[in-house]
Amino acid sequence: MDALIEYSPSLLAGAWVTLKVALMSVLLALATGLIGAACKLSGFLPLRLWTMLYTTVMRGVPDLVMMLLVFYGGQLLLNAVIDYFGWDFIEIDPFVAGVLTIGLIFGAYFTETFRGAFLAVSAGQLEAGRAYGMSALQVFRRILFPQMLRFALPGIGNNWLVLLKSTAIVSMIGLSDMTRIADQAGRSTHQPFTFYLAVCVLYLAMTALSSYGLGVLTRRYSAGVRETRV
Amino acid sequence: MEFFDFKVITGSLPEFWRGLWMTVQLTGLALLFGFFVAIPLAVMRLSPNRLVSAPVAAYTYFFRGTPMLVQLLLVYYGASQWEWMRAAWEAGHPLWSLFREPYFCALFAFGLNTCAYTVEILAGSMRNTPHGELEAAKAMGMTRLKALQRIVIPSALRRMIPSYSNEVILMLQGSAIASAVTLVDLTGAARNVYSRHFAPFESFVFVGLIYLALTFALVGLFKLAEHRWLAHLAPRKAEAGRQS
Repeated sequence: MDALIEYSPSLLAGAWVTLKVALMSVLLALATGLIGAACKLSGFLPLRLWTMLYTTVMRGVPDLVMMLLVFYGGQLLLNAVIDYFGWDFIEIDPFVAGVLTIGLIFGAYFTETFRGAFLAVSAGQLEAGRAYGMSALQVFRRILFPQMLRFALPGIGNNWLVLLKSTAIVSMIGLSDMTRIADQAGRSTHQPFTFYLAVCVLYLAMTALSSYGLGVLTRRYSAGVRETRV
Repeated sequence: MEFFDFKVITGSLPEFWRGLWMTVQLTGLALLFGFFVAIPLAVMRLSPNRLVSAPVAAYTYFFRGTPMLVQLLLVYYGASQWEWMRAAWEAGHPLWSLFREPYFCALFAFGLNTCAYTVEILAGSMRNTPHGELEAAKAMGMTRLKALQRIVIPSALRRMIPSYSNEVILMLQGSAIASAVTLVDLTGAARNVYSRHFAPFESFVFVGLIYLALTFALVGLFKLAEHRWLAHLAPRKAEAGRQS
């Protein structure tokens, strides 16, 4: 217990790194997912096929393999570029590699979420918007997007919880997230069990907090929708 | 500079093959354990007695709320923290000595993890059993156990196939973290090949494609399973000829 108190500042710093990775990745994933959904729903066939390839590959390859590829392969590519231009050596940052990988992987999951949500908004509403003389952008901003969000929220919530847990693998490319800090602290104090359990508790706290937040958001975006009770 | 050298892959094929076999073993055995243990636990999860259901709920909450990587490290590295565990290792205790083996620890952590998800999937499926079926069972004079055994569990197992297929694929991909405890699975083989040849594209793209192929194979198998066991829930096909 003393060891845990002694190391708690660095463990909390690690928790902050974990949270930063998760938040940056989810922003990237949401943006990617929106673009992906737009591509999947577009009438342009090559774009649809390309997005299909992207979502299939991202969901069929383990996140760790993808991350190692981005981290080590990215370094090799970067070295080639540096050689070509004659710059000084730049090392690829595990934080950037982690965020890029997790963001792009979950972008594929969000693509499916958003695609389903866009399709769930009834076409009549969009037509009504057009009939009122709104531009395409106005229809998107005022009608399509807010309603789509309500359908997408459960999927977004699920994916966020999975994403949060998958951040633990960034410790394997050397980023000092809370899992890695726990590893180091466990080694030097000979209490690995205590520190890994502490990481578990921190993850549980984060997921519990997120579930609460998602509940609030769901109520906010379901305003004006009557609940069906069976 | 050469970016993709096939000789790196062909030269290490036996290593990749052993890695593939390790991945298949870890995933298969963990799933087998998780599936069979999940059936009694799902029944307990739905028990009206809180003393029975609460421990199972706590178990699934913990394992579904934390990363599998941390669970694996907790089992493998964490075991050595306990004095009595180390004493049992010294004494060569047959059961506790297993916790020194990375292979056993990975199976243990993966098995408990997939079991927790399977419990919730199965319990959710059991909750959705049509009311009429249960009433019919009662009317036939079946006891609760008989009804579970003959009606609720078989039909819940069928209806959970689509969501369970997801869990199986996630387990396959999740097993990639086994290399964190020195096991050489597919990802571990790729990491070894990478560090020997400094060839990240060859090694990681190659195993990525193998994982992709395994995923496709699983998706195909589950399509067949759905066709076989869920045919009665599929939308009715349009009849070819109209009856006069």
